[in-house]
Amino acid sequence: MALAVVDSGGANIASVMQALGRLGVEAAFTSEAEVIQRADRVILPGVGSAGAAMNKLRGTGLDQLIPQLRQPVLGICLGMQLLFERSTESDTRMLGIINSDVERLPDAQGLRIPHMGWNQVDIRRPDPLLKGLEDGWFYFVHSYAVPLGDWTLASSQHGETFSAVVQQDNFRGAQFHPERSAASGARLLKNFLELPCT
Amino acid sequence: MAGTHRVAPRIIPCLDVRDGQVVKGVQFRNHRVMGDIIELAGRYRDWGADELVFYDITASPEGRRVDVDWVRRVSETIDIPFCVAGGIRSVEDAAQVLTQGADKISINTPALERPGLIDELVQAFGSQCVVIGIDSIAEGETYTVRSHTGTPDQMRAPGKKTLDWIAEVEVRGAGEIVLNCMSADGTRSGYEIVQLQAARATTSLPLIASGGAGTPEHFLEAFRVADVDGALAATVFHSGQIAIPELKKYLKAEGIGVRPC
Repeated sequence: MALAVVDSGGANIASVMQALGRLGVEAAFTSEAEVIQRADRVILPGVGSAGAAMNKLRGTGLDQLIPQLRQPVLGICLGMQLLFERSTESDTRMLGIINSDVERLPDAQGLRIPHMGWNQVDIRRPDPLLKGLEDGWFYFVHSYAVPLGDWTLASSQHGETFSAVVQQDNFRGAQFHPERSAASGARLLKNFLELPCT
Repeated sequence: MAGTHRVAPRIIPCLDVRDGQVVKGVQFRNHRVMGDIIELAGRYRDWGADELVFYDITASPEGRRVDVDWVRRVSETIDIPFCVAGGIRSVEDAAQVLTQGADKISINTPALERPGLIDELVQAFGSQCVVIGIDSIAEGETYTVRSHTGTPDQMRAPGKKTLDWIAEVEVRGAGEIVLNCMSADGTRSGYEIVQLQAARATTSLPLIASGGAGTPEHFLEAFRVADVDGALAATVFHSGQIAIPELKKYLKAEGIGVRPC
């Protein structure tokens, strides 16, 4: 199975590739349209600012390609947020695949921003991606979040309830870092690799 | 069913690294080798550590960069987040460590010497990567920072008040603060709760307590009274005096929502 990890800039590429390596999967880390198009699975990682990541994708034309993909796609952290319309982080227009904005977590008394650390999720809609993860703990690091909607597979909470895992058609995303979420994260990645091709 | 979830307070073993080996320090003196870094990292992961900090104790005072090969090997081995501290003085230094798989970098003395480094790191990698380590000493009710603490002979007092420095690094975009209370460090007599409370009241950034852990009760006190987001310790874990699974069981029984091992 050919797996492509999209070069969207950001600093967590190595840990994503290494997590796939622990599952015995060798992935191509690439910004080449052809490699991505041909892949059986595509992972869109991302850490850092939405603006910088979108600039990177626009520079290689991948902002046009990614929304057209038909194989299973998994966005991780910022990579998940990029699937949506617009981020209030510097008012950035993103890939526009799923119809929602991404907003900053609320400033509230006693609430730490970024939401950094291990948290649990509530599964709201069953999906093969979340098989066996009902009691999972996941490592989150983010200051912006996707609200709840039809796309929400699982939610978590930090001041407010937000989308922790999303899905629309062949596109899925996790706000947390499966590559740093111990056994639960490895299971999610394995589930993704085992998804049927659509 | 939708429940109510909260981010779990983190238990963070700190491994001092020299020449690819883990050593432990008491009051930053009398280091001795504790074991292979990969083996220990894996052991802590299996024991339910929520995160690891690797501090290259030779890098900073001797003016050399962290050797990044062990960073890659650690990153390949463990599937929990980890932070690398020591010897990072520039965006290039940080990039070296982060591209090998480290999730965060922690800077201390270089940030005091040139605070603009914080802004540069945040701009380059995002707040979530940038941890500020602060060594602080209580003099009455005044807390002041110390730099160059890796080598006691070279330690300096740059004349900054700890709480002012905490406020400044937050404005500059840092993503997390590790507050090491030096008077307590190595004593195993408990975290400095009063100083941690003062820091807690100053910042809404995640705050990690460091220095003084000796018993499970000390961890409980840090979480319950000082409301810190994580508690870091070295000696009590490396010596086996506190086992993380038992510590977490104890904290859970006391109502602290830790991640189960």
